[in-house]
Amino acid sequence: MVRKLSTILATAVVASAAFAVPAKAQDSVYVPLFTYRTGPFSGSGIPIANGMRDYLTMLNERDGGIGGAKLILEECETGYDTKKGVECYEAVKGKKPVMVNPWSTGITLPLIPRAAVDKIPILSMAYGLSASADGDTFPWIFNPPNTYWDGLSMIIKYIGEQEGGLDKLKGKKIGYIYLDAGFGREPLPLFDQLSRDLGFELKLYPVPADSMQNQSSQWLSVRRDRPDYMVMYGWGALNPTAVKEAAKINFPMEKFISIWWPGDDDLRSAGAGGKGFKTLNWHAVGTDFPALQDIQKLVVDKGLSQAQKNSVGEVLYNRGVYNSMLIAEGIRNAQKITGKTAVTGEDVRRGLETLDLNEARLKELGLEGFAGPIKLTCADHNGHRPAFMQQWDGQKWVKISEPIEPMADRVKPLLEAAAKDYAEKSTGWPKRTEPCDKQS
Amino acid sequence: MDILYNIFIDPFVQMGSAPDLFVQTLWEGLVSGVLYALIALGFVLIFKASGVFNFAQGIMVVFAALTLVGLYEAGVPAILALVLTIGVMFVLAVGVERIVLRPLVNQPDIILFMATFGLTYFLIGFGELVFGGNPKVMITDELYLPRGSVEFEMLGGFVSLQKIDITAAVIASIMVASLAVFFQKTRIGRALRAVADSHKAALSVGISLNQIWIIVWFTAGIVALATGIMWGARSEVSFALQIIALKALPVLILGGFTSVPGAIVGGLIIGVGEKLGEFYWGPLVGSGIESWLAYVIALGFLLFRPQGLFGEKIIERI
Repeated sequence: MVRKLSTILATAVVASAAFAVPAKAQDSVYVPLFTYRTGPFSGSGIPIANGMRDYLTMLNERDGGIGGAKLILEECETGYDTKKGVECYEAVKGKKPVMVNPWSTGITLPLIPRAAVDKIPILSMAYGLSASADGDTFPWIFNPPNTYWDGLSMIIKYIGEQEGGLDKLKGKKIGYIYLDAGFGREPLPLFDQLSRDLGFELKLYPVPADSMQNQSSQWLSVRRDRPDYMVMYGWGALNPTAVKEAAKINFPMEKFISIWWPGDDDLRSAGAGGKGFKTLNWHAVGTDFPALQDIQKLVVDKGLSQAQKNSVGEVLYNRGVYNSMLIAEGIRNAQKITGKTAVTGEDVRRGLETLDLNEARLKELGLEGFAGPIKLTCADHNGHRPAFMQQWDGQKWVKISEPIEPMADRVKPLLEAAAKDYAEKSTGWPKRTEPCDKQS
Repeated sequence: MDILYNIFIDPFVQMGSAPDLFVQTLWEGLVSGVLYALIALGFVLIFKASGVFNFAQGIMVVFAALTLVGLYEAGVPAILALVLTIGVMFVLAVGVERIVLRPLVNQPDIILFMATFGLTYFLIGFGELVFGGNPKVMITDELYLPRGSVEFEMLGGFVSLQKIDITAAVIASIMVASLAVFFQKTRIGRALRAVADSHKAALSVGISLNQIWIIVWFTAGIVALATGIMWGARSEVSFALQIIALKALPVLILGGFTSVPGAIVGGLIIGVGEKLGEFYWGPLVGSGIESWLAYVIALGFLLFRPQGLFGEKIIERI
């Protein structure tokens, strides 16, 4: 507690100093971070918020910011609540943010039409509207490195591999347990299509937010329906409860597969029954990377982080680090393209569109081997990168598969159709007028 | 015709063809019902004594559970942490009486209701400041609560009862019986009922309003602690637990705001009703009906008994 109070005090002193002596506009860029350290979803929100903030703080401490521009960081607490998230957006947009990270699909959706009007790029990293990967329709929205639809296609592909081929899925039963909100409902159109194309039966088990910790009905239905596999898109308290309930009905844990959101705390809460549970992931866990070690040395050890030292390197912490790496590279690219130090939202949109994180660049960042390369273009704001399967061994996550490519042939046409449909249904949706930079 | 068959015939065919699943669903409903009843009991206790709907009951569940686990994580032995948590709930009760309720004596009920909103936000902020927002694991083993399950082969299948659920049912039953005796048979219980009837009349016969309020809030705190331990053991100890408290609303509507037996019966009806409804009728409408079905059940009862099953009938002359 003393540590927390001293952190709060230190933050207050730094903040007051920042207000007392305003930094020159050309010396800084404003990066708001929408986080949720409070409320029912804080279990998932805290490690991500810590990872995001710590990486950017490390850049300030180590390099004095990015390309000579100090990063002005400000968290806005959304509580994973869409209304609060939109309020956060309204509160920060006047301060000329270079981008907004909503950290909720529910918050992302109402921000999509506003982004082009306010000239603020939205980075919804591996969440949000899958169709927003189409840069021609959504020039201001970015959702790298993969969409929820990619994620689902990878899970189905993995299940197919376990069964000896996608054709073997015919006649199988796959259950889908999900948070009954924008996030959980997002992959439903693709799931439905895949079940028709591949011939498996899809059983749905929606979990309303107020039943996250009371899922016995859903799991009784699972016991009745006897699906061959269970797929989960859960968040917050939904994840550990689902794992506990699955263990309770003796559902084979190695056939329970999640999208990339369950964290270490979720599985620790679930207890011994969680051993064998699988999730997708696309980046490393642990701290065996120079950038992570810099975070420990320059941020955590100096008391500038809110993270417990032993939580650095956990899967959701590193997810936050990955998110901030994208933020930083978007800003750096924007500086390179425009020659400006204090870039704007319009510049960073161009920076994100020309993002090219290859192996060499990842090495320069001190993140060699942390994640695979990714390149965005004007048309593709996602990258549709592969992910691998990891399994909980009772103590930690263990990588158990090679990278799984998304089923581009099945996902892409649906995604393009969904983007077209969105534009048609949104009256007056603007045609893209933003020029495409040469680097793309 | 298919729709009528699916609504009125098929669920009962399913119950008959897989009776083990029916028994399992019934059991899960009863366990949820008992736990809802515990939360509702906290509301009823305070409403009976002060006419205040305590909006903070949900966060009191979280706060009590977090205090218990937080003290344990700080190195306090589990049983001592439990005793200290009870102490913290007592201090909270005294604090609420001194700082929130006493200055608001004789104010309209809505003012007291709004004060409990303030208390909610205070406890959220204070809890997060002291214990952080990270979810914690309930110290089930350390409190000697049983883990695992008991499985019975019956009715052509099996029924699995979690030991922690059996314990929750037993503890809740003991608490309810004790509270019923406390209210009906003890001097303090009678004084409490007198306060519930009329603050002024109770004061005029020498009953200390302040003392009664402390007792009631402390008792509600103990109930919150028991609820927090049981729900925490089923899932995790996090601020998500406060959402569960919303489930007490239909229970209260159904059972009546002033009745301890009403909270119990209401909890069981809602618990069993929503589980059976979700399991047998949910798939007809795409599932996920649990969260609103409880209110539909409560409203159905209200059509016939507007005061709730055990609520007091209020007759006002106009």
